[in-house]
Amino acid sequence: MFFKKNRKKPRKVKNRIPVVGITFVSGFLFLVVFGNWIAPYGYEHWDMTSMMTPPAWMDGGSMTHVMGTDILGRDVFSRLIHGSRFSLLIAVACIACYGTIGVIMGLLSGFIGGITDMVIMRLCDLWMSMPAIILAIILVSLMGPGALTVIIVVGVAGWPGYARIVRGECLSIKQNDFIRLARIAGCSNLRIMFSHVFPNIANTLIVLVTLNIGQMIILTATLSFLGLGTQPPSPDWGLMMNEGRQYISSAWWLVVFPGVAILMAVLGFNIVGDWLREILDPKQRLR
Amino acid sequence: MTDSINKKILLQIQGLKTYFFTKRGVVKAVDGIDLSIRRGEIVGLVGESGSGKSITSLSIMRLVPRPAGEIVDGRILLHNENLLEKSEEEMRQIRGNRISMILQDPMVSLNQILRVEYQIGEVFRFHKKTNGSLREMCINVLRNVKVPSPELRIRDYPFQFSGGMCQRVVIGMAIANSPELLIADEPTTALDVTIQSQILQLMKRVQQETGAAILMITHDLSTVAQICSRVMVMYAGRIVEKAPVHTFYKTPAHPYSSGLIKSVPVLGKKTERLFSIEGQPPSLLDPPTGCRFASRCNLAEEICRREYPPEVTLDEKVNHRVSCWLHT
Repeated sequence: MFFKKNRKKPRKVKNRIPVVGITFVSGFLFLVVFGNWIAPYGYEHWDMTSMMTPPAWMDGGSMTHVMGTDILGRDVFSRLIHGSRFSLLIAVACIACYGTIGVIMGLLSGFIGGITDMVIMRLCDLWMSMPAIILAIILVSLMGPGALTVIIVVGVAGWPGYARIVRGECLSIKQNDFIRLARIAGCSNLRIMFSHVFPNIANTLIVLVTLNIGQMIILTATLSFLGLGTQPPSPDWGLMMNEGRQYISSAWWLVVFPGVAILMAVLGFNIVGDWLREILDPKQRLR
Repeated sequence: MTDSINKKILLQIQGLKTYFFTKRGVVKAVDGIDLSIRRGEIVGLVGESGSGKSITSLSIMRLVPRPAGEIVDGRILLHNENLLEKSEEEMRQIRGNRISMILQDPMVSLNQILRVEYQIGEVFRFHKKTNGSLREMCINVLRNVKVPSPELRIRDYPFQFSGGMCQRVVIGMAIANSPELLIADEPTTALDVTIQSQILQLMKRVQQETGAAILMITHDLSTVAQICSRVMVMYAGRIVEKAPVHTFYKTPAHPYSSGLIKSVPVLGKKTERLFSIEGQPPSLLDPPTGCRFASRCNLAEEICRREYPPEVTLDEKVNHRVSCWLHT
């Protein structure tokens, strides 16, 4: 008791930033799930009578098109809402694709070691020395643009990052006595890898995936913006920016609103990722 | 003691050499040891850190860390089957089934994020020994090692157990398939003294119930005195003395053994300063040609430094052997 009284307890600073991230992300997810019922129009619905309408609060704008319309008279607000689904779907598919490759490669590399480790790691080095976007452009030009191509391209480009992190985690977990005990119990390598090592890296993976969704949204939007990703008339945010680019001087809302949507989604996922890292790391939590 | 000699030999190690190939040279961690363990006896393997005790045990399990470590020579016979000739698949059938092991630190021996039930179940799952439901068997494992309310504890995670309880779980897992040999690598080192004695009692009881032989690796002579029937002393990769426990404490033959015994504090006896053996054990990178203890031995003579002493039998009846020039 005596010691407790004398010791100054560090005042806990309440971190409010995660709230912003969680709000953004949950709003985003809400749109993904309920977008179909919220959006006033379908994403392909066009109306030549009201093209290039400015947002509601500007001269000539109306509440029928809150964020204005594009050159074909399509409602920007509706398209943004529908676009959230596309963005998340593609981002998740990409991560599922390369996450799986990366995790398997990382586990093999870290757990088996030796020549396997060396080959996989040198392959990673090779892969990472190429800028992802250049690699993507090469692959898209070989395979032709489209949503599926984007998923494959990003998947192929992104696995070394995962493999490296998983390998590092694996190496440190491998040293534990419980791995040795599992061996003593007669477990096979495969079993130890997936039922003992993998659950121990799940924390890291959750954080990694959350942080990665943001990057994926940017990367897919970039590809779409360059015309290499999803094709019109899909409401991809990157694609919308690309289409609005030529009218930027007369209709800024075509570029700004998708841009803001990307910014908020990415920021949201990054903040949530950081926050998850803090709460999932037992060492940080104790502080 | 004579009847124990007639008991059938369970495990026999002949000329085992386990080396580590490092950048600085070959570390001869285990350099030609012979030992035998009879069915159902508790044998103590004592020696200081780095004398090769743990590597001996890992060699028996064929789990020497690769690629640095390698068993270069010798035979390990389990009922006349040479374990060193087994394939990895055959070894997996033996591990956890016929030979089992307990590790030093119970708190890290279990995977902290998997339920105890799952981890115990693993021992059965692979060896496909199922009678009744898996859960029932797991509960029995905990009951055997006297974990209170096993039906509830089975759902817990290892971090919810205390160190002693964890070690009980580990012991339970180790004996679940009634192995013929249980290797305990310093099972009580990480525990406090009261828990130590509980765990030792538990192991003794387990040994009596299952009839498994136990190879008790330790550097604690009181552990040996409590539960072992025979002792083997290891020094710098070699076994220097083998003796029944009583003979060992009464008339240790090797100077290193007597040094060890002298350096144990005696309760109630006032001493100025505790006896200690001067010097350091030799580097295993380049061990001396003669007796490895010679540089620290007060009784060393010229021959000790020149040639390694052969193993001599001091007492055939109780199987007391020593490798020392003093006795040849």
